Amino acid sequence: MGISKFGVREGLYTRELFAEAAREAFDRCPNLNPKRDVQGLFVGMMSESYEHQAHVAPLFLDWIGLLPIPAFRTEGACASSSVALRVALFSIASGMYDVVLVGGVEKMTHLSTTGVTEILAMASDFPFEQWHGISFPGIFGMMAVDHMHRYGTTEEQLAKVAVKNHEHGVLNPKAHFQKRIRVEDVLSSTPVAWPLKLYDCCPRSDGAACLVITSPKVARKFTDTPVDIVGSGQAQDTLGLFERDNFSGMKVTRLAAQQAYKMANVKPEDIDVAEVHDCFTIAEIMAYEDLGFCGPGEGGKLIDEGVTQLGGKIPVNTSGGLKAKGHPVGATGAAQACEIYLQLTNQADRRQVSGAEVGLTENVGGSASTGVVHIYRRGD
Amino acid sequence: MSEVIGNMTTVTSQEKGAFIRDEKGLILPTVENFYRFCAEGKLMAVKCNHCGAVICPPRSICPKCFGNDSEWVELKGRGKLLTYTIIHFPPSQFQALAPYAVGILRLNEGTQLPGMIKNVKLGDLRIGMDLLVDFEATLPKEWPKWPRYFFKPAS
Repeated sequence: MGISKFGVREGLYTRELFAEAAREAFDRCPNLNPKRDVQGLFVGMMSESYEHQAHVAPLFLDWIGLLPIPAFRTEGACASSSVALRVALFSIASGMYDVVLVGGVEKMTHLSTTGVTEILAMASDFPFEQWHGISFPGIFGMMAVDHMHRYGTTEEQLAKVAVKNHEHGVLNPKAHFQKRIRVEDVLSSTPVAWPLKLYDCCPRSDGAACLVITSPKVARKFTDTPVDIVGSGQAQDTLGLFERDNFSGMKVTRLAAQQAYKMANVKPEDIDVAEVHDCFTIAEIMAYEDLGFCGPGEGGKLIDEGVTQLGGKIPVNTSGGLKAKGHPVGATGAAQACEIYLQLTNQADRRQVSGAEVGLTENVGGSASTGVVHIYRRGD
Repeated sequence: MSEVIGNMTTVTSQEKGAFIRDEKGLILPTVENFYRFCAEGKLMAVKCNHCGAVICPPRSICPKCFGNDSEWVELKGRGKLLTYTIIHFPPSQFQALAPYAVGILRLNEGTQLPGMIKNVKLGDLRIGMDLLVDFEATLPKEWPKWPRYFFKPAS
């Protein structure tokens, strides 16, 4: 796997960022001869609008020197590259390919916050949400208000998610932010979509991530430290949040997790380390509940008890998460998988979860209209 | 239940042509037609003739029962606020309005819509409050020429 530095990457566009991540993936895999071995590229990217650039699959393939093999681009908003990973798994499981690249990328920081807000909002329903002035933070703000009303979740509990993920980000040299923050900093930050404040929101970031995925039978040719993907699930929900029965949870995460747990034959309590979709702090609280790390409405209590911080029972977002590592939206799913790879192969340095054997990633797109969960196990 | 006006014989000649219709002249259950009804001050949904679900935004395939036979119904535009938020960082075209409230309304007929909440002090917003649907007087001049509905307190 390879991952570019996340953050403000001035003057570097998606093609260069993607090549940076792919280069590291190739370097970490010295027995792989990319020109000879790689049979396909699956890449996730959310929007053409950031860079005025569509048809990116051949472009990225060219920039990593692998023309003319087939390249596929998937779009599932912030879950674009988790969807790419699933499609890549289908290509392997079908027997069509044995070695493929999976990745994701986005370039966002050259635009103003308003410009990025408007492009992100395209992943919500245009005639009913965008048309009425509902921003993406607004959608998660409405989820947060519902969760607080229903379960008594507090703004302090939301803030603790941001504090924890910044704490983890300090330990990740590739994270966008390496800076500790305090609960008071979050609570006093500028309101964005009440109750969400600036520090409840992930930043706009540039970055890319890339993984080499192989069939089990050839994995050992390329690495001594394989990680097996043992469970995969995906579900969809209405594009508009407003059409749902429940705003305090993410049905797509629950359904995708059920599929992935069943396929992997593991339970929530078997998970040693997880990367979840903390685009806004409320989303991480809901992920705890929807993944079964705690019961419905108990997410706030889980963060209070420190269960999900490094050293806790299920460390969540050891990379810093979207909040501190950054959220170049198309790259996020692949970057989550990269972090779990590092954790399960004991290469996560100062943020290593000791003895981690089973990992999970949860990535949602839009207002949780797409949800993807993968489960990973350290290779024997 | 609301008045059913899906029967095309009730549509006047003046209204004809203002809607997107199928080859039989029936007003198609589409987003565009929803907003063209809004231009007439009517909040319309479709009612599934198989399962009776009231569906908004209108569409041809019922999300509840998979039926594909529906008729337009007018909603009374009254309901309760399910959740809300206050937007401080809006998309550019809404910047002059910020901070403003948006929320999700559960209409009494059983369907839900999101929208802006006006004529309310932001501190008075409460989940469960009664709201009414109203319509902006002005129409956008370019696509999408969708008149905006909005919510306001019932009392």
